Amino acid sequence: MAKGLQLDHLRITLDGRLLVDLHETVAPGEVLSVMGPSGSGKSTLLSVLIGKPDEGFDVKGRVMLDGDDLTGLGPQARRIGLLFQDDLLFPHLTVGENLAFALPAAIKGRALRQGRIEAALEAADLGGFAGRDPATLSGGQRARVALMRCLLSAPRALLLDEPFSRLDTDLRRQMREFVFARVRSEGIPAILVTHDLEDALAAGGKVISPLGEIRQTAGSA
Amino acid sequence: MRLSWLPIAPLLTIAILLLPVGAGLAGVLAPAFGWFPALGGTTFSLDPWRALFAWPGLSGAVWLSIVTGMGATLVSLVITVMICAAWQGTRAFGLIERALSPLLSVPHAAAAFGLAFLIAPSGWISRALSPWATGWDQPPDLLITQDPNGLALMAGLVVKEVPFLLLMTLAALGQVPARRSVLLAQTMGYGRMAGWVLTVFPRLYPQIRLPVYAVLAYSCSVIDVALILGPTRPSTLAVQVLQWLSDPDLSLRFQAAAGALLQLALVLGLLVLWRAGEYATARLGCTCVQMGHRMAQDRIMRAFSMVLALVAALAVGLGILGLAVWSVAGFWSFPNLLPDQFTWRNWARQSGGLSRIAIETAVIGAASVMISLTLTIACLEAEHRHRLRQTNRVLWLLYLPLIVPQATFLIGLQTLAIGTGLTGMKSAVIAVHVVFVLPYVFLSLSDPWRAWDARQGLVAASLGAGPNRVLWRVRLPMLLRPVLVAAAVGFAVSVGQYLPTLLIGMGRVTTLTTEAVALSSGGDRRLIGVYALSQTVMPLVGFALALALPALLFRNRRGVLDRG
Repeated sequence: MAKGLQLDHLRITLDGRLLVDLHETVAPGEVLSVMGPSGSGKSTLLSVLIGKPDEGFDVKGRVMLDGDDLTGLGPQARRIGLLFQDDLLFPHLTVGENLAFALPAAIKGRALRQGRIEAALEAADLGGFAGRDPATLSGGQRARVALMRCLLSAPRALLLDEPFSRLDTDLRRQMREFVFARVRSEGIPAILVTHDLEDALAAGGKVISPLGEIRQTAGSA
Repeated sequence: MRLSWLPIAPLLTIAILLLPVGAGLAGVLAPAFGWFPALGGTTFSLDPWRALFAWPGLSGAVWLSIVTGMGATLVSLVITVMICAAWQGTRAFGLIERALSPLLSVPHAAAAFGLAFLIAPSGWISRALSPWATGWDQPPDLLITQDPNGLALMAGLVVKEVPFLLLMTLAALGQVPARRSVLLAQTMGYGRMAGWVLTVFPRLYPQIRLPVYAVLAYSCSVIDVALILGPTRPSTLAVQVLQWLSDPDLSLRFQAAAGALLQLALVLGLLVLWRAGEYATARLGCTCVQMGHRMAQDRIMRAFSMVLALVAALAVGLGILGLAVWSVAGFWSFPNLLPDQFTWRNWARQSGGLSRIAIETAVIGAASVMISLTLTIACLEAEHRHRLRQTNRVLWLLYLPLIVPQATFLIGLQTLAIGTGLTGMKSAVIAVHVVFVLPYVFLSLSDPWRAWDARQGLVAASLGAGPNRVLWRVRLPMLLRPVLVAAAVGFAVSVGQYLPTLLIGMGRVTTLTTEAVALSSGGDRRLIGVYALSQTVMPLVGFALALALPALLFRNRRGVLDRG
């Protein structure tokens, strides 16, 4: 059984126009970067991977996760985590409640849950932030909370939708390092969608276009 | 035309909303404590209150008002939230929206009559099930419509309030990233409904809070729907107050005033209780989030909420159809689904009176809409030219006439109007309609007005147009559709008004609504069908004109229509 996220001859067309043509395997802890200008099919790829394809798209091929065929499953059954360019922290919940929202219900007991949340915050250099209002956090802090929230939901794979494009240069570099380090240490496959070559190169994996043309092979950057 | 009074328009509007409410409260406060010189009350006393509390039916009436007010509001809000949580952002939601929004224009009384015709022992539901399922070959002797628990009354309110709350929710949704929030929750394993309720609803609720309060106040103090569907002996407090007020024994007016004040206290108490409920619900939601339960299995709940939406739409839709059929029914034996004979006689017999009353209704509606529209546009234009910003407090002012119960301040206004000889005049009725029409016109026009691209005005100004020319030649034509829709909304509100027409018109000014409700006690279904159907058609004509006119005028200007 193949570990990781596998795009098995995935071809997406809209009105006969080929948007996505990928046959790739992303191993656990690895990041595949899909790079292209806007309108090139990146967001279509994301919506198909998440299990919420827009109407009118013709999808051929399969998406496999750790050997399971995800075809026909909705977003709530796939357990693929999603990180947007805005952090989308829920403004009506505290930082800690935002994280608790993601933590699976199978982790029971107040103390245990709070411990996990506090540990996640520590890992993001945000120890003691659980009671804070998200609105009082800086942009970088919010971005880190959003990532930890995503990881706490124990996703089997991660989709990164231009997650750094709203951050300024310095923050961007720090956040990139933080995200990719977490992906490696958690050992989950990740796909980064971006139009920024620097982001794609920093991911350290293969860089390809939505149509499968190779821009950069893994490790050569 | 120079709008030289423009700078004072906002103040004038506020005065028009506040003064009647304030004066009405004063006018009810005095007699409630014994002061009513025209009736010989020249000393202050607590006698009206003693009389009120000595009335044996009081606790029953108060309890009924509380239950219907709270029950109808809670059920309406829950259904609205369920529909949105289950279907918002899908194609099915568009269908629900299209099915429910026309119901907004149906007057409360007509919807109540329609529902009554549907669920009554000899109504369509019972006919459809008889005799094969029920065994009835004549209407059963059951008290369905005016049941003592007020269930029919609550149902009548719910089918009208769900479309209202749904539209208010839709308007507020634009300011919340709903689609992505739900998607995010779904990728974490949450069901769609749980995701919506936990991540979207808490951010949305503050924006529909005032409409919800208006629904609560209305449901607790409604008169026309309660007269049609509500129980008698005891009836709700508001209905009882109206009965005292119209009693030939004028001394009961003191007691009525005290009852009206009690009605206000009841509404305020319910609002406080509701506010506490908001806190409790928020706490519950946070606990839910802390536990992290995904509630992913919501297929049945989603289907159920679709059923609820359909039932609400059908209850009104079939009800109106029932009114139409009764209006042309000759002999109609039970349990036949359709009348044995169809006839125009019911209409022909009424034609003289009906057309006179319909014209009166239209004149009152058109006049109150014109006044409201002028004030609204003047306010919005003043806001635009003088760079004022609408605060939350202004929004509260708009909602004040919708939250202070009509049954309270209109009774006071009537007392004052009698004193000054203003009752029974059409102009007085129009003036009091403005108090209720204006908030709706303002609420429906303000968003499109503010969303207008101000650069269009800059372009016009740079071509030498003054601010008035920009208003008349650029802004109003471009915003013709929202202006007309706001007018249609206002017209529908005016047509639906019962208590203001009844109390200030004193029976000398009648509209289709007062006439239809007056018929309810007589129980002549053919006659009720004629009047209630006319009452329903009139606002629909308004909406049809509001949509057709811009389409006709701008048939070769697609840019205007797309924007509107």
